[in-house]
Parts: sequence; structure tokens; C-alpha cells
Amino acid sequence: MPFEIPKIKYTGRIKEVTIGSGNKAIKVGGESCFPFYTFEGEMPNLPKIAFEVWDSEPHDWQNWAKEPYIDVLHDPVLWAKKCIDVFGAEMIALQLISADPNGADRHIEEVVRVVKDVADAIDCPLIVWGTSNDEKDAILLRRVAEVCEGKNIAIGPVSDKNYKQIGASAIGYNHVVMASTPIDVNLAKQLNILLGNLGVKEEKILMDPTSGALGYGLEYTYSVMERDRMAALTQEDTKLQYPIICNVAQEVWKTKETRITEKEDPKLGDEKKRSILMEAITAMTLLLAGADILIMRHPESIKLIKDMIKELI
Amino acid sequence: MALTGIEIFKLLPKTNCRDCNFPTCLAFAMALAAGKTELEACPHVSQEAKDKLSDASAPPIRQLTIGHGDYEIKVGGETVLFRHEKTFFNKPGFAILISDEFSDEEIEKRLSKLSFYQYERIGMTLKPELVALKHTGRDERFLNMVKKAKDIPYGSIIMCEDVSLMKEGLEILKGKRPLIYAANRDNFEQYGVLSKDYGCPVVARGNGIEDVAYITERLTSMGIKDIVIDTGAKSLKQAFYDQITIRRSAILKRFKPLGFPTIVFPCMMSDDFMKEVMGASVMVAKYAGIIVFSDFTGESLFPLLLQRLNIYTDPQRPMTTQEGIYPINNPDENSPVLVTCNFSLTYFIVSGEIENSRVPSWLCVMDTEGLSVLTAWAAGKFVGDLVGAFIKKCGIENNISHRKVIIPGYTASIAGDMEESLPGWEIIVGPREASQIPSFLKTWKH
Repeated sequence: MPFEIPKIKYTGRIKEVTIGSGNKAIKVGGESCFPFYTFEGEMPNLPKIAFEVWDSEPHDWQNWAKEPYIDVLHDPVLWAKKCIDVFGAEMIALQLISADPNGADRHIEEVVRVVKDVADAIDCPLIVWGTSNDEKDAILLRRVAEVCEGKNIAIGPVSDKNYKQIGASAIGYNHVVMASTPIDVNLAKQLNILLGNLGVKEEKILMDPTSGALGYGLEYTYSVMERDRMAALTQEDTKLQYPIICNVAQEVWKTKETRITEKEDPKLGDEKKRSILMEAITAMTLLLAGADILIMRHPESIKLIKDMIKELI
Repeated sequence: MALTGIEIFKLLPKTNCRDCNFPTCLAFAMALAAGKTELEACPHVSQEAKDKLSDASAPPIRQLTIGHGDYEIKVGGETVLFRHEKTFFNKPGFAILISDEFSDEEIEKRLSKLSFYQYERIGMTLKPELVALKHTGRDERFLNMVKKAKDIPYGSIIMCEDVSLMKEGLEILKGKRPLIYAANRDNFEQYGVLSKDYGCPVVARGNGIEDVAYITERLTSMGIKDIVIDTGAKSLKQAFYDQITIRRSAILKRFKPLGFPTIVFPCMMSDDFMKEVMGASVMVAKYAGIIVFSDFTGESLFPLLLQRLNIYTDPQRPMTTQEGIYPINNPDENSPVLVTCNFSLTYFIVSGEIENSRVPSWLCVMDTEGLSVLTAWAAGKFVGDLVGAFIKKCGIENNISHRKVIIPGYTASIAGDMEESLPGWEIIVGPREASQIPSFLKTWKH
């Protein structure tokens, strides 16, 4: 008698969300099984990687992180184009670092100009990631939504403090929102409900569970995402049936273990390969928990992740 | 099926003698049902009850040991499909492949890698633990290699298809409890006998799940209990499927022939080392009991050890850092003093940001029973008088010439009480988020 795998009964399905417009638009979500459990369900849209681009030149990056982009780091438009033309990026995530009130606190209109320039220069889907400062993002992302009208970009992070302002602009200018909550199933659900009540359509929401890096709370994100997916797929919790986005790049690359060189600590091995693997393993772990979009930095870790997705499908 | 606490309680002596360190037999029974203690902790339980309980309380996946002494590792013993349902118990053992094809120099180098690649992290040592000794036809070199492995304290996997050579290898490693690799459909009787004679666990290697189940059943009928499963998967996708099938069959169906830990070989699934490492990371998350690598390097091992630590951290218990003073970036008597809680994640993030700032600083970590700053504050464990008393008690005064302490921004309201309990000290409210620490510290003037 042939042996049969004990099946899990799925009753739900993740909603499909489209980002971007035209023939380069990308659809994510649609899963009817746990991540890569394609022997018992579907994963109609493969997880996607967004290359991160900063709105201003990064100064504290490791040399081995700068290396692939060394000629374009000073110019977000060139940087985004290089990701697409040289590294085959299907999606760009513009991180509005310079707007951070605790950092450079650049003026909103200056930042908005950068966003518009990048948005106009590329034809692939764009994610715009704000400062995580509720007040500033409320104003900044509203303007971003305005100048990117018609491009169906994804904006966020949207919190329970600024969902009204950002949500309303997303509805007005027809964009996708990234609902961000601090590693908690119930808070995630609550924010999705609030956005729904506000009038944000189901196919316009991505969830950001808050990503921890390898060695820095990855396990919390991992388990919260597994629980999100379990509720969405097996407990018919419709308010959690949204694709998940994880902003991996910065979390990983700011850790000290991506900064120490082999010379400083020979046991840690080659610093470039180690950092690439730390980013890729963080991403892989989150993929296994249900990530639909990963924001990543190094072209080599992105290539590794793409290869792994192919192998597992 | 697993017994409930009450069912276990009925089989206990009910004397509440406390020899098990639990206040009552009922408390002990509950802990036993939750898998938090072992029956051996009760010295008075009857043999009859022992038999009943050990059968019923045995985890759906057999737990077994490889190696001996301080270097013995446990594999298997898992009870859930997802870590949040309880916890994953025994981290997959990491093994380095050593073949008799390699030069003597390479063999020596590989054997020494286990003691080299060890990493300290919050009072724990992260390290790989096994060597996989592979026979490829060079009998004498193979046996020499096994002899060399005898001289290191780590556990071994003997990979050899020649029964008589395997026996010689087991003889050399007698008492060190190596893992025998592997019994297949054709030779399981001979390998089963070796497993029994030498008291060593044995791998059942099949071609797919059904084949493996057949072999484990045969081995079980010979009275062998400590079995490890290899389904012979050659691709990551197949291995992924096999691991999930095995875990589900054992846990959801209590299907005994698959109720064993597994061994996987990402090194056989890819020619590219980076991809091998990525495959291994999938296997860490999805259920492998032992993972065999083509090689160990610092850049591959360290991230995987971290991932393994993360996945196998008990989600029911917050990870804590030891209370005390942590010097960062070589501080002196003029350096700033920061205070935070002992939730290890908080410690990692705060200490990491201080390190990034390159500002020499003293970080005082206070025992808040693993609660994060805000939770500890809400629970009354990170409040003015307690934090003040801690600053006094911890001895930081001896390290500095100033009297200033920086508290987390979210707990600004404790500053008043702290000032009262720390006369002469200036309490400075720091940033709310750790990410703002570097810019904050750069403005520090003592």
C-alpha cells in the first residue's frame, strides 16, 4: 500500500495583491498551502525580491556591501537602474533614510523629489519605505502617494497611529499599503481590520510583521509569521489572509556580525561571504515562514535566494 | 497516545515526597505531561508504572544520543510541527564529512575544525558537534582515519558499506557511541546485529519513505530502538517533502516506523557550497536531526549556528542575559553609563548599537526576569527605586568618575524615583529606540 503523507486541511487562501502597473506589474500572494508545501496546495505566485535603494548616499555601509553599487550609491536613480539593468531586479524598494527625524531629517519636499525621480525612471514596481516615524511618515507618504499617482506603488510602513492619513492617500491615489505591526498576530489583524474599515480594498494590503535579523530576534518574526499563515490558511481568519513583506536588508546589514572582518576574528571566516549568507539565511528562514516579498541588499544573496526558490518549487 | 497529567498522576506514588524537586506528585505529573521533566526524576515510581509511562510518555519521535561524555549529543525527541506550539528540543547535530580519499593533512585539518569553530554568545557556546567518517574503498586509510577520530572528543558517524570494516571501526571507537551508517534493505540484519553488539545507534537508509519504514520496522523487530532515518533524498525539494512527511506521520498519526530523528546530506544536493549552506538552512528549520556538510568554514558555520539557535530557542521562556556590567568599546572612567533590562534580545540590540556608535560605554544589564524594558516597567520590575538600587549594587561606581546614568527613553517617568534612590546622581533620559543610541552617544560629554 503506498504511503500517504498525513494531510493538513486548508480552508483559506491568501489574497492576491498586484504592485506596479503595465506589463512589469507583479502579483504576489494567492497561496493555498504553507510555504513551499506544493504537494498539497498551490503557490501560484512565487515570492519576489525587491532590491533596496536608499534615497541618499549611505556612509556607514561595509565595503563589501558597497562594492556592487560603488559607482551609483550617490544617485538613487542610477542606483535603481543598475539594480534593474545589471542585476535583473524585478522590483525596487526605495528606503527613505534621509527623511528620518532622528537622522538627517531632510525636508519632505526634497525627499519627495527623489521618490518621483526614481519612480519616473523605472518601469518595474516600486516600494517606498518611510522612516517608521509615525508623524513624519503620515505627511511624507501622503505626498509620495500623490506624486506617484497611477503607478500603483506600495507605501509604508503604515501603523495604527497613521493608518488614516496614509490609508486615505493610498485609496485616493490607488496604491498598496504595507500594514506594519510589532511582531504580534493580534495587532496585525487589528490593523488590517482598521484599514478595511477605512475603505482600503483587500487587494491593496500587504502585511509587515517587523523583521528581526539572524541572531537578533529572527525567531520571533518566524513564529509570528507561521502563526499568521496558520490562522489565514487553516482557521479561516480572513483578516490575516494578506501577503507578507519583510524588510530584511537593513536589519541584517547593521548587525556587528556583518561588520567584523576575518582579520579581526578568524573564526568568523570571510566577511563578505558571511554577510551574504547572513542576509540569505535570514531571508530563507522568513520565506519558510510565509514571506511573499523580501527587501534585500546584496546581489549575491538575492541570487542565492532566487535559486533556492526555484529548487523548492 | 500521550497521557494527560491526571493519567500520569494515577500511576505515581502520590506521597508528595518532593524528592523530584516538585512540591507535589500532581505538579510533577503535570510537568511530565508537558515534557518539562523526566520520569527518572522520581526515585520511587514502581517498575510497572515505569513501563506504562515510558511507553506512553515517550515522544512520538525517538530521542537518542550519539557520542559520549560531555560531547554526547541528543537528537530527536521532538513533539510538535511548529515551534510556537511548544518548542523544538534537540538542535540538529552538524557534522563535517571526512573521507578516506583526503590527504592526511586534510583529514587532520578537518578533525581540528570542530574545536576551532566555537563561538561564545550570551553564556552559551555555539559549536558543531560531529564528524562523518566516510569509507570510499581505501580500507587501511579509512581505519587510520577512524583511529584519529578516536583521539578527539567529538561524536562520530561511521559511513561504511563493508560490514567487516564497519565492525573494525566500531571496535576502535568502542565506548564512544558512534552512529552506524547505514543499514539498508539488503544488509539490515548484519548492521542490526552490529548495532546491538556495540550498543550504537544505526541509520536506516532507504530509497524513499516507504523503503525506510520497511527497514526501521525490521530493525525494531530485532529489538533495536535507537534508529536514525535517511530517505536518500538527492534534491532539496525531495528532502523537504520527506522531512515534513516523517514529522507529520510521527506526530499526527503516531506512525512508529517513522518515529525517529533524521539525517540529511545537503552536501549531496548541490555542487555549490553556498547553495549547500542554504539547503542546510532549510533543513535546520524543517526538521532535520543531523546535517552532514561537505566542509566547515567560519562564514558558513557561524550564520547556520545562529539560525539553529534562533529556531531552537524555547518560545515559552524568554532568553536572558546575565545581570552585570558590560564594557563596550573599551570604556574608561569618563565613559557614559547606560542601563537596560536582561531580555537577551534587548541586550543584543542595545549592545550592538553601542558598538556601532564606537563610543566607549558601560552597559549595565539589570535582571528583569527576561522581560523587555516596557514590559518590565509595566510589571513593576524596572521602576525607579529598583533600578536605582541596582545601579548602586552593581558596582559601576568603582569604574567611573562621574555620576550620570542613561535610562531608556520609554521609561522617562522613572527618573524622579531614581534620583531619590541615587542621591548625587544625574539621571539622563536616553532615546526611545535603540537605533537612536549612536547619534545620542555621539553627543555625550561627561
